Amino acid sequence: MVKLHALDRKLLRDVWRLRAQALAIALVLGCGVAIFLTAFGMVGALEATRAEYYAEQRFADIFASARRAPNALLGEMAEIDGVRAVEGRATGWAVLDLPGRAAAASGRILSLPPEGARINVPLLVEGRLPDPDADREVAVTARFAAASGLRPGDSFAAIVEGHRLELVITGAVRTPEFIYALPPGGLMPDDEGFAVIWMPERAAASALGLSGAFNDVALTLRRGADPAAVIEAVDRILSPWGGSGAHERDLQTSHAFIDAEISQLRSMAVVLPPVFFGIAAFLVNIVLGRIVALERAEIGLLKALGYRNREIAVHYLAMAGLIAVAGTLIGWGAGTWLARGMAGLYARFYDFPWLVRPEGWDSYAWSGLIGLAAASLGALRSALAAARLAPAVAMAPPAPPRFRRSIVDRAAERLNLSQPGMMVLRGLLRWPLRAAMTSLGLAFGVAILVASSFMTDALDRVIDIAFFRTFRQHATLALAGETPLGVTLDAAHLPGVLRAEPQYDLPVTLRHGHLSKRLALNARPPGGELMRVLDTSDRPVELPPEGMLISRQLADQLSLVVGDMVLVEPSERSGEGFEVPVAAVTGQYLGLGAYMDLDALSARLRQAPRVTSVSLALDPAALPEFRAATKQVPRLAFVIMLHEVRDSFRDTISENVGRNTLLFVTIAVLITVGVAYNGARIQLSERARELASLRILGFTRSEVSFVLLGETAVLALLAQPLGWAIGSGIAVLMVNGFDSDLYRVPLVLTPANFATASLVTLGATAAAALLVRRRVDRFDLVSVLKTRE
Amino acid sequence: MTEAAATQPVFRAEGLTKVYGEGSTAEVRALDAVDLSLPEGELVVLLGPSGSGKSTLLNILGGLDHASGGRAWFRGTELTAMTDRQLTRYRRDHVGFVFQFYNLVPSLTARENVELVTDVATHPLPAEEALALVGLSARTDHFPAQMSGGEQQRVAIARAIAKRPGVLLCDEPTGALDSRTGTTVLAALDEVNARFGTTTLVITHNAGIRRMAHRVIRFQDGRVVEVSVNDTRVPAAEISW
Repeated sequence: MVKLHALDRKLLRDVWRLRAQALAIALVLGCGVAIFLTAFGMVGALEATRAEYYAEQRFADIFASARRAPNALLGEMAEIDGVRAVEGRATGWAVLDLPGRAAAASGRILSLPPEGARINVPLLVEGRLPDPDADREVAVTARFAAASGLRPGDSFAAIVEGHRLELVITGAVRTPEFIYALPPGGLMPDDEGFAVIWMPERAAASALGLSGAFNDVALTLRRGADPAAVIEAVDRILSPWGGSGAHERDLQTSHAFIDAEISQLRSMAVVLPPVFFGIAAFLVNIVLGRIVALERAEIGLLKALGYRNREIAVHYLAMAGLIAVAGTLIGWGAGTWLARGMAGLYARFYDFPWLVRPEGWDSYAWSGLIGLAAASLGALRSALAAARLAPAVAMAPPAPPRFRRSIVDRAAERLNLSQPGMMVLRGLLRWPLRAAMTSLGLAFGVAILVASSFMTDALDRVIDIAFFRTFRQHATLALAGETPLGVTLDAAHLPGVLRAEPQYDLPVTLRHGHLSKRLALNARPPGGELMRVLDTSDRPVELPPEGMLISRQLADQLSLVVGDMVLVEPSERSGEGFEVPVAAVTGQYLGLGAYMDLDALSARLRQAPRVTSVSLALDPAALPEFRAATKQVPRLAFVIMLHEVRDSFRDTISENVGRNTLLFVTIAVLITVGVAYNGARIQLSERARELASLRILGFTRSEVSFVLLGETAVLALLAQPLGWAIGSGIAVLMVNGFDSDLYRVPLVLTPANFATASLVTLGATAAAALLVRRRVDRFDLVSVLKTRE
Repeated sequence: MTEAAATQPVFRAEGLTKVYGEGSTAEVRALDAVDLSLPEGELVVLLGPSGSGKSTLLNILGGLDHASGGRAWFRGTELTAMTDRQLTRYRRDHVGFVFQFYNLVPSLTARENVELVTDVATHPLPAEEALALVGLSARTDHFPAQMSGGEQQRVAIARAIAKRPGVLLCDEPTGALDSRTGTTVLAALDEVNARFGTTTLVITHNAGIRRMAHRVIRFQDGRVVEVSVNDTRVPAAEISW
């Protein structure tokens, strides 16, 4: 057994004596460790898992689609410099009629080459892949099969290009192309309502009318190849065949969503932990500073006994080290728990073949090291001061702190401050840096609440704007390809339909100077009620007969202002570009938007108006009939039931918001209590004799408590506006951080946000202060005065 | 004490000076050109009013403080030429301190307070033996707060002698004690001096204590004003104040 040295035992007992303060610090440090561990660990885990999955299933580097391109072009593309492999596919949409499901589901059909896929290889989970010669055999995504209760051998109906096909499932698979399997028009994966369907190439080509041709191509690149050059070459080859422009992984939907998650985690790993580590270092600094001040005589004694400076410094560093160890262990525990929770969330939203969990020890090691470094940094000044105390000086009591009359005193005299009030004020001015840091620490508690609660309101706003003011339809019918305007009337005759409005989505590249952006230009007739466009103040705007409306984010990306001319190049029709002026800038939170009047666009394209989707208002009473009818509509790619999208989005968000609110309130309370409790304890320690003297002079307990806690109260009040400002700043950073082409989060800061944040943190401060006040009540006046400072 | 041991003084000082607040108008000469030679093995009492330089001398001889001028030797090694690191080594190996306010570490028991020294000393006494020497065998596991002032001071003496120091430096060891408990502390010091021949310097305000000393040095205004040798020493037990 290792024998503990007397100095080590002193260390352990000192830390035990300070356990409440040490724990308060350890919890703050633990928050930092936990968040760092979770965010950093999950970034690593997500990246590694995705990379491994991509490598094993040979996920493509370049993706392109065309209207209909002859298979001969594939050989041409394989010749492009830097291309390793090329695979063409026939792809299309299907409306699925599932046994036991009232609503139609959507299916994405992908053809499977007879010799098996070489790129974007599906990973077989159950059963077998369909026979290349079979007409009706398919494999489906495993999650869809599980959610729909389908097994190999089961069959279901799919309406493809107007033909109803009875399909037999041979196997369940998963694919790196749909790790995040967003259904068309959906905001979140929907396992039951959306399937990816692998069909043997021959059968798929015949069902989709693509015999001898492909409409989708995937390429892998050799190491060191230039993607931009390959994309240019692919675009050149496909452009006569309705090529809509090749792109890299960054525009692949599933990949982009995981990227967005990774970048959110990364910004969380970078922004939040430093706050906790900083506060913990500050707390260690003030607590250890106080301990060293109190233990001057003991330090002198140790020196007199012949202990070396290094041994003394190490003794006090070790005190911080023990706190760091406690904080790290707490953080590891909490972080592991958090990471497990996130792994569960990921398992719900992402279809990885195995659980995404930080497996490596490196994130544990790093978070622990950083925690230790933060505590040591906080302890360094005091430890060095202890080591530097000259032995003879250390044995004598410290000189009383120097107070001087200042301008503040004169101001205070004008205010007629009482003597206790004066003591509070001078206490603040005696250690201005410590007071400022304490206030800053408390402000971070407020800031974290402001910054986290703002998300709730922001998402409420997104839902309100998106689903109640913009997309007001109950359902959208997406058509398989462009259809004449008359389809709107057909749709209006479906059972339960109250109103039908057509829309036309055209894949285009918008250019302004050297800037360009690829997106779907949306055109609709004027006077629409169901799909509206809002201006930046959220008021509906009419589509102008000429010109284009663009969302603010897009305007920023292309650096466009109202009146600028923007060049529109339809992706699938090379050489048919035209220029239109920007008529207005609109506000929207989901996706990028560019809008034109349907007639104006049709005139520019020199074609009769066409339709790609129809928005519907429905009679809720007739919903079952409507659902049944959609399973039979020809030329239908998929149906989006907007209220279902909205409900699932809202449910998921409110679930997340509930969880996050709990998490952030806990964090804010930990920070506040950590700072306020330690601050007040140090006040008590420094002022014990002074306060006991006041008691002996006849001051009441509450008067004495006022002196003790007045300082904390002043600092807590000063922290509020500071916290609001920092919180708003963090919210702005978050809004900017979340800004992507996929979605945008509005900055919504209400007085209620600030008030709640302040109430919670002031409550926590008061609780911490009362804990310390209890000690004042238990003062043993005589013994306090007898102890030697 | 034998004459043979006195061939080389344990401490010697020449013109030893300590000035605080040097250069300023508030300059204080705590020690003013003190010459001194103390033979090995004696119990020496330093007498004098507050601020007369006793503690300053003790601090410099104990390696706690630097002199402003002059020189001092411990058994022929010059203390005034030592670096901080060497002084630490010197304290660790040769010096035992006893302070007026005991300076026990409150979070350590009696035994552990002694072990603070035995942990770092080269040939220490076992902590239990050191405590037995001062009559505290029964109190080894008590914390300072559970002991009387006299007991605490005896723990401090046990701690000081546990390293078998060459010199024992005591700054007002009975200053905070009543006469009866003070006597037990003095008896313990006497016992250590007699048994191990440890040169012991005791600072005191208390003139009565000089009766137990081999030698008495009287201070005034930073100077040694009188050195007297006691021909007949009185046992500690007979001293009271």
